[in-house]
Amino acid sequence: MAAEVVILGGGVGGTIVANLVAKQSAGRAHVTVVDATGIHVYQPGFLYVAVGQEKPSALQRPERQLLRHDVSLVVDRATRVDPVGRQVQLESGATLPYDQLLLATGSRTVMSEVPGGVAAHDFYTMAGAGRLFKALEAFQEGTIVIGVAGIPYKCPPAPVEFVFLLDDYLRGRGIRDKVQIKLLSPLNRAFTIEATSKLVQPILAERGIELTGFFNVESVDPVGRTVTSLEGETVSYDLLVLVPPHRGQKVIEDSSLGDERGWVPVDKNTLKHTKFERIWAIGDTTSIPISKSGSVAHYEASVAAAEISAALNGEAPPAHVYDGKVMCFLETGQGQATTIRFDYDHPPVSPSPARRWHWAKALFNKTYWHTVPQGRLP
Amino acid sequence: MSITIATSLDLKGLSCPLPIIKTAKAMKELAPGQLLEAFATDPGSVSDFKAWAKVTGNPLVEAGEDGGVYRFVLRKKEA
Repeated sequence: MAAEVVILGGGVGGTIVANLVAKQSAGRAHVTVVDATGIHVYQPGFLYVAVGQEKPSALQRPERQLLRHDVSLVVDRATRVDPVGRQVQLESGATLPYDQLLLATGSRTVMSEVPGGVAAHDFYTMAGAGRLFKALEAFQEGTIVIGVAGIPYKCPPAPVEFVFLLDDYLRGRGIRDKVQIKLLSPLNRAFTIEATSKLVQPILAERGIELTGFFNVESVDPVGRTVTSLEGETVSYDLLVLVPPHRGQKVIEDSSLGDERGWVPVDKNTLKHTKFERIWAIGDTTSIPISKSGSVAHYEASVAAAEISAALNGEAPPAHVYDGKVMCFLETGQGQATTIRFDYDHPPVSPSPARRWHWAKALFNKTYWHTVPQGRLP
Repeated sequence: MSITIATSLDLKGLSCPLPIIKTAKAMKELAPGQLLEAFATDPGSVSDFKAWAKVTGNPLVEAGEDGGVYRFVLRKKEA
């Protein structure tokens, strides 16, 4: 009988692992992906929806189309994992037994954790990005404030990219001189990574984007239209965009598989659960102190697939482990971008912003559907 | 007057900017003049704590390192 591999989550990480394990097992394992919606969403595109450069329809495809034919897809919500009985309970009432389980459920945003936060816009969901663009289209003059209301959050460069794309958008409409853009940063620089901050800060200044450091958003006053920081500062806004607090998915919390925020503890190299046998986790799902981004899920996926395949065959774990590799693009506006690359042993480096990085990002976004989910890009 | 620490934070293993955010949260709970100590392992926290203290006006009264663990003591500023 074929071994059962169950993968919770049909995002970038879960989809790649499903396809790779099915391929590597050559029929000896049966792979099932459980996904609540059955729709695969390319989340890096939300940023572009928020400034009207992309349509929501271009960012989603049926998960079924991205999986090999021998991978089963169950469109249902996993509600509980029993790591001892080795089975997953589904919302429909069905249970799925497993021999190996991958948690690739990602993160969820919880703006409700910020007092008054519901008044803020965000670009961390498709609906939120769509609403934000509508609000921007109606915006004529005043102050737009962008802040961070929780760490960790997906795609660390996103707030910086957003202010640059917002600057482009407002210039395009000819109203840039009537709008103040203020970026509130958790640290005393634009971005956690110092080398990248040094690169982007002069560009922020050049574009007239005001940077306020050590402003960790604590609460919002929707009536007075102010946002207050943990540090005790208050800033007024006409339109507020916040990076919402993030948590792991409810199934992780309900099954006691993660920490107090629902992030799953795994070995940072093998991606194996630190407490439970036969469970692995990748991408946003884990508590590894590394970027929550599609690129991390992508690089981790081949390692998790090899680990799971070896475990299925009773072989020794593969020599190739996850080395902490991260590669992100960062849009700097006006058709230019830079990149950020690093791993556990090498500090981040960013080249000077150039048109070619913007085009590389645009090309990656377009070709994603035919390369990444299938595991065709290493 | 003896110096007593009102709150001690274990921020070891956390990477930037989490140590600063957890510290900012804890400092909010202190009364003016009270001390907070924090232990961190992120090398970036050395410059971050220094800068945070300067910008927010809460003095950094001690900063040291022992075997890869950094210790910081901050005093809550007068209201």
